[in-house]
Amino acid sequence: MLSHGGGGEEMNSLINDLIFKIFDNEILSQSNDSALLNLSGKLAFSTDSFVVTPIFFNGGDMGKIAACGTINDLAMVGAKAKYLSCALIIEEGFEIDKLERVLTSLAGICKSCGVKVVCGDTKVVPKGKCDKIFINTSGIGEIIDEPVSLDGLRPGAKILLSGDIGRHGAVVLANREELSLGGYLKSDCKSLKEVVEELFKAGVKPLCMRDATRGGLSAVLNEWAKFSKFDILIKDEFIKVSDEVAGVCELFGFEPYELANEGTFVLAVDAKDEEKALEVLRKFDTNASLIGEILKDQNSRVILQNIYGSKILLEAPKGELLPRIC
Amino acid sequence: MTLINEFRDKDLILALSELIKRESVKHLNIMEICGGHTHSIMKFGLSGLVGDKINFIHGPGCPVCIMPKSRIDEAIKLASRDDVILCTLADMLRVPGSNTSLQKLRGEGADIRALYSPLDCIKIALENLNKNIIFFAIGFETTTPMTASLMQKTVELDIKNLFFHINHVTVPAPVRAIMDDESVKIDAFLGPSHVSVITGYEIYEDIAKDYKRPIAVSGFEPLDIMDSVLNLVRQQNAGTHEVYNEYARVVSRSGNLKAKELISRYFEPCDFNWRGLGVIKDSGMKIRQEFSYLDARIKFDCEVNSKAESKACICGEILRGRAKPYDCKIFGKACTPKNPIGSCMVSSEGACAAYFKYAKEAI
Repeated sequence: MLSHGGGGEEMNSLINDLIFKIFDNEILSQSNDSALLNLSGKLAFSTDSFVVTPIFFNGGDMGKIAACGTINDLAMVGAKAKYLSCALIIEEGFEIDKLERVLTSLAGICKSCGVKVVCGDTKVVPKGKCDKIFINTSGIGEIIDEPVSLDGLRPGAKILLSGDIGRHGAVVLANREELSLGGYLKSDCKSLKEVVEELFKAGVKPLCMRDATRGGLSAVLNEWAKFSKFDILIKDEFIKVSDEVAGVCELFGFEPYELANEGTFVLAVDAKDEEKALEVLRKFDTNASLIGEILKDQNSRVILQNIYGSKILLEAPKGELLPRIC
Repeated sequence: MTLINEFRDKDLILALSELIKRESVKHLNIMEICGGHTHSIMKFGLSGLVGDKINFIHGPGCPVCIMPKSRIDEAIKLASRDDVILCTLADMLRVPGSNTSLQKLRGEGADIRALYSPLDCIKIALENLNKNIIFFAIGFETTTPMTASLMQKTVELDIKNLFFHINHVTVPAPVRAIMDDESVKIDAFLGPSHVSVITGYEIYEDIAKDYKRPIAVSGFEPLDIMDSVLNLVRQQNAGTHEVYNEYARVVSRSGNLKAKELISRYFEPCDFNWRGLGVIKDSGMKIRQEFSYLDARIKFDCEVNSKAESKACICGEILRGRAKPYDCKIFGKACTPKNPIGSCMVSSEGACAAYFKYAKEAI
């Protein structure tokens, strides 16, 4: 109800009886205007808003994505997430039990990653003014070793992929088009905090990392090629795509390279770190693979070599994903 | 068996590549009629596997590419009405009309919905009884049966608020129109398999005979296309001009009789103005008189004053196979998939979009 966002008794009840209980920790329960934190050294700070449809999908929900999204953004620059904020914009009429499910899921991910939700905000807007629920999370993390950034990209670097691609995008698409694909197709939504920490522990110094969310693998590699100006060569046969994702792509005329992921990331490492990095990645996902390398040529292109030896350009995705006609 | 991987088998593709290169004696200009083939050829880099004697020419078989501006303008006029929900198939949203596109209009608040299945219109019509639902129907023989099926359901369920703006076209008519143009140099054709699933491969028999050109009805996987190209090379060497049914796993000579019967119950041939090709006699479909009460062009005011095509755009030449996308001065500059000027840049199956996406320059 709108009164849940009105600043009065109902709002206090929603915050104290539901939100504080779910995110319970000593910093949040101080109820100060700002959270008082203990941090030192180099920090990373990130924010993201989540407006996913559907809210619940096979392999996760919006709460899981809202937690993983920001935790992963921090992990990709080599930071260990410590604290998160959680701001909610809720449409009047959105069921409390669904809100509870979403927040419990968000809290579960944070707990498993040793991350605390320390501040937040709740607004309720009239029906029709937002789509059920929008979540914003911001996060602060401590740099584990050295910060990882796009500046690390250089010729000779090996490009690794932490798992198979396109599962999250395919799940969302199948849900939107009301395709009944059973439980086989599952989002890859997960936290990358642990795998990144393991990489550093194993002595791997990542040159660059990026989770392949909206725009998928293709968007990440094109961004890297554009920023570094170097060509990137990847080989189709080493990029893992599940049969279910391949099937959805065939049906709709999409490319798995362009579909979103929520727990798969791309990693550039020095050639000497390649095997060590792969070993760590495969502990978390057996589909992790070496997919290519950064070339010396400076044309900012992503070149995809297929199994027949033909080379094509992998363009960055453009516009909204629309199914083909026939 | 996944029904995908078997038709992308590396060893078989490379073996076919060797045979095509070895057996190609003369230059062979092959027009792939359908944009789906163009997309597959570019996506899998097949041009690089067939040797330099084979030249692929991209034909007029993309329903988005051939849609004239006036028809888009009509859709835009209908969708601008407050009492209308306009439904269509996805790619159509991006095609530029004279002043705007359906996608831009949707951004301004018009109720325009991209469907995967036309039958979704039934649900939309029943849930919005105070609105007129207009299905902007597009496509070749592949999508016409779906529209006919939707019409059948509309009649059966006596739905009063669902109307049809029909833009269905057929494959054989433009192929003949292109071959009647003496400046066009085409030696052989790849026919789209999904069209022949409906029509059968018999639709090409007279064309092959009249113009003395071999035609291979081909699937869209790399193995299908390579096998079809090899057949066309061998027919060229033997001096034959048969219709080769490469897609015999699904396509028969007569096709899907039930679908054909459904189409002819609701539609009859009419002239259609093809973007870039002009008016081609009996190349389109219109609703039969008996069901004209379902025709949105009769029910609503569809009069528009459409602007001429951009002079810089050479989509017409590309659709005739007389030019390649790179020959266009605005290709990849003023005209990109994000801001298409010509329709060949709109759909992922358009020749320009396929070139832009996979091969902006030779690698």
